[in-house]
Amino acid sequence: MIETRSQSSTEVELLSFRLAEQEYSVDIMSVREIRGWTRATPLPHSPPFMRGVINLRGTVLPVIDLASRLGMPPVEGDARNVIIVVHAGGQSVGLLVDAVSDILALPRTELQPPPELAADCAHSFVQALTIVDGRMIRVLDLSAVLPTYQTEAA
Amino acid sequence: MTHDPMAEIRASFFVECEELLESLQDALSVMADHLEGDGSQDTETINVVFRAVHSIKGGAGAFGLTVLVAFAHRFETVMDELRCGRLVVDHEAMKLFFQAADMLADHVRLARDDASGSPPGSETLLIAVEALMGERAPELEEEEVAFAPMGLSFDLALPDLGDAADLAEADGRCWTVRLRPLDALYASGNETFHLLRALCELGSASITCDLSALPDLDALMPETSCLGWTVQLTGGIEESDIRAVFDFVEDVAEITIAEAQEVAAELGLAAPEPKPEAASAPAISPPCLSLVPDLIVPPLASAATASSALPIQPIALPSERPTDPAPDRLAAPAVAAAAAAPAEAAAATVRVDLDRIDRLVNLVGELVINQAMLAQSVTEAGLPANSAVMNGLEAFMMLTRDIQDSVMMIRAQPVKPLFQRMARIVREASAAVGKEVRLRSEGEGTEVDKTVIERLADPLTHMIRNAVDHGLETPDRRREAGKPEEGVVTLSAQHRSGRVVIEVADDGAGIDRPRVREIAIRKGLVAPDAVLTDAEIDNLLFLPGFSTANQISALSGRGVGMDVVKQAIGALGGRIAITSERGQGTRFSISLPLTLAVLDGMVVRVAGETLVIPLSSIVETATLSAHDIRSLGPETSVIHIRGGFVPLYDLGTELAYRGPKASYEGGIVLLTAQEDGSRAALVVDEILEQRQVVIKGLQHSYGNIPGVAAATILGDGQIALILDPGDLVENATGRTRSADTILALAG
Repeated sequence: MIETRSQSSTEVELLSFRLAEQEYSVDIMSVREIRGWTRATPLPHSPPFMRGVINLRGTVLPVIDLASRLGMPPVEGDARNVIIVVHAGGQSVGLLVDAVSDILALPRTELQPPPELAADCAHSFVQALTIVDGRMIRVLDLSAVLPTYQTEAA
Repeated sequence: MTHDPMAEIRASFFVECEELLESLQDALSVMADHLEGDGSQDTETINVVFRAVHSIKGGAGAFGLTVLVAFAHRFETVMDELRCGRLVVDHEAMKLFFQAADMLADHVRLARDDASGSPPGSETLLIAVEALMGERAPELEEEEVAFAPMGLSFDLALPDLGDAADLAEADGRCWTVRLRPLDALYASGNETFHLLRALCELGSASITCDLSALPDLDALMPETSCLGWTVQLTGGIEESDIRAVFDFVEDVAEITIAEAQEVAAELGLAAPEPKPEAASAPAISPPCLSLVPDLIVPPLASAATASSALPIQPIALPSERPTDPAPDRLAAPAVAAAAAAPAEAAAATVRVDLDRIDRLVNLVGELVINQAMLAQSVTEAGLPANSAVMNGLEAFMMLTRDIQDSVMMIRAQPVKPLFQRMARIVREASAAVGKEVRLRSEGEGTEVDKTVIERLADPLTHMIRNAVDHGLETPDRRREAGKPEEGVVTLSAQHRSGRVVIEVADDGAGIDRPRVREIAIRKGLVAPDAVLTDAEIDNLLFLPGFSTANQISALSGRGVGMDVVKQAIGALGGRIAITSERGQGTRFSISLPLTLAVLDGMVVRVAGETLVIPLSSIVETATLSAHDIRSLGPETSVIHIRGGFVPLYDLGTELAYRGPKASYEGGIVLLTAQEDGSRAALVVDEILEQRQVVIKGLQHSYGNIPGVAAATILGDGQIALILDPGDLVENATGRTRSADTILALAG
């Protein structure tokens, strides 16, 4: 995934998006497509951040409310929101975010590990931090974000 | 992954074995029927039996499966006696042949699984079968004699004298070219195939291969050239043209070119005795095998090129074929098939990976969904019904449906192999309990989804065993009842209104209803004073715990794990019904969907969500009135319907879409029945429609959700969950009344 893919090169490309006034990003290599908001069919007995499933050209795609997953208030869900379809750890999943902002190409050296702060549950999902034009951008650790369905659903 | 061509060839050998075993079973059944009839045997049928065994032996030899070869050989020897008319078939012999065929199937399976040794009873059975031959002990020489008339594919190599004569007349000059390559020709990298093809390009050619110098397989050296060819060439060809073809090989081959006069005499010489026994010789030296692929290709290619370029071509290049077991194997199924249905031409078939078909099935599923979405948006756009778009869409819908049906048909397979397995079960079960039983199967050609067939094997085995063990009476009892001693179990399959119906019927004593009832009461399954109809008593057999091992022996009816059977059928989306008449027999009929990829469902709406409930689990729908609903516990309710109490479940609450409603009066309930007979009433807000939906698994993308079987995509592109009522009820809370305080505590 992120680590193995990008360690070979000195540069990393990130897709950045907005989530509750904060800026996050994921390695662009794990992004499959970006879709407009469609209503997800809720799944019973699923964790609160599980928004449900949507029809992605005939396959059933689970959608995670990323804000809720990171411990923030859930995304409202309207036409302005987008779903980023990512593929990581052998599974595809949709991440519901507020809006996609930019594609950033950065030297790997500019990524810094996040400092240890125990109070915030979101920080374990953050793999690295970087500053672009004075804005702090968090690089998500997708493997931590994606739920292990089998155990959670069973 | 390592690619092992040998493993591939081996795998295809076992696939062919299955086909051969099938044709063997078929032919034996035909023989049994003949025996029932006028007693005379059709030689072609016996030949099919012989060839099937022979071909398995031949193929097994090539892979060094010595145990299988040994068994097949001894079986074959007996069949040969039969073929030569030295053995008369009677009932006893027929039974032994069937057992031997079963045993052969076991041997093949063991060999396929790389297991060593023989299946139990193999030797005993062989001795019994061989005893049929009486004094004539099997001799090894006899086998070789037996092979002589079997020159299957080698007949092709014989020259067609008529053609040659015609050729000579047709065009002025006719050349006879004889080519006998020396070892050095091959050693120097030349290829006779190219030479022969070059000759073909000169004019009309008729090529004959001379096998006379070919030694027996054990003496064959792969590096030695032992073949010669005679080519009859016609057309305006100059000798120099022919010479030019051999420019580079003059030194390494004996070449004679002559204007043909004594054509017939030449060809007489060139037609050797075929030596097909080489095909079954067990050991083939490795260098020889490695040659085979190279040698196989040219003849095929040459046939193709020749047929496009030349009008006349009795070409027979495949001289090296005796070292390869393939022709023999390939020829036999075709012959067998032709013999099984002499009137029909052998149907052309293609072997396709199941994965590819599944992908196609999935894609067609998408197409169906897309078409539904398109239809919905066209309707929403408010176009007039007779507009061109609507007409086009209608045609599109028809086509889509046709494509879907056709694709489903690809997955569909005849139930015949399944039924043949059941024939074996009948033979074994009847032998075990000492009853004479005949299996009559009907509708073997009925096609069902492959997965359904696979998952039907176990329940069907169970039912067949039951029919033989408990359904049919003992021979003595049957005589007393004035029935023939031989019981008949009928296994039939047929298509009926979009489903396939499989029936297992026996002509036994039928269900002893008073006894069944008595047992059910004793086991506390029904109240002693319950009034039960005959059908209700029959259905007691499906209750779990109705019978246990120590009871079945005392029971003249049946009921060995019938609940398991019912569960398995239910898992396939099927239903099972039972009818029985005292003294006449019992009939189980299983109704199954044609495929597992689509499902008949009832589309309902609950708390704004659309859900699909399998139609097969819904017994009835009802609107609740106030006096139907009774409170049970503080939070649960039951409804009173048709004299029984059924627990009430609110789907909205169970799926956590909303809390319980204040009142369910006027609400719509779906009454569902589980495989174990328990019922449940599910409250929904609205019933939308009944339709077929394409099943989409959730397991891969999400995981298991209690109460949810799968998902589907509706016409508006939204995903709807397909419920599994059985699982849902198992995990349900049953909360239908909310005391707010309780809700708060629980929440």
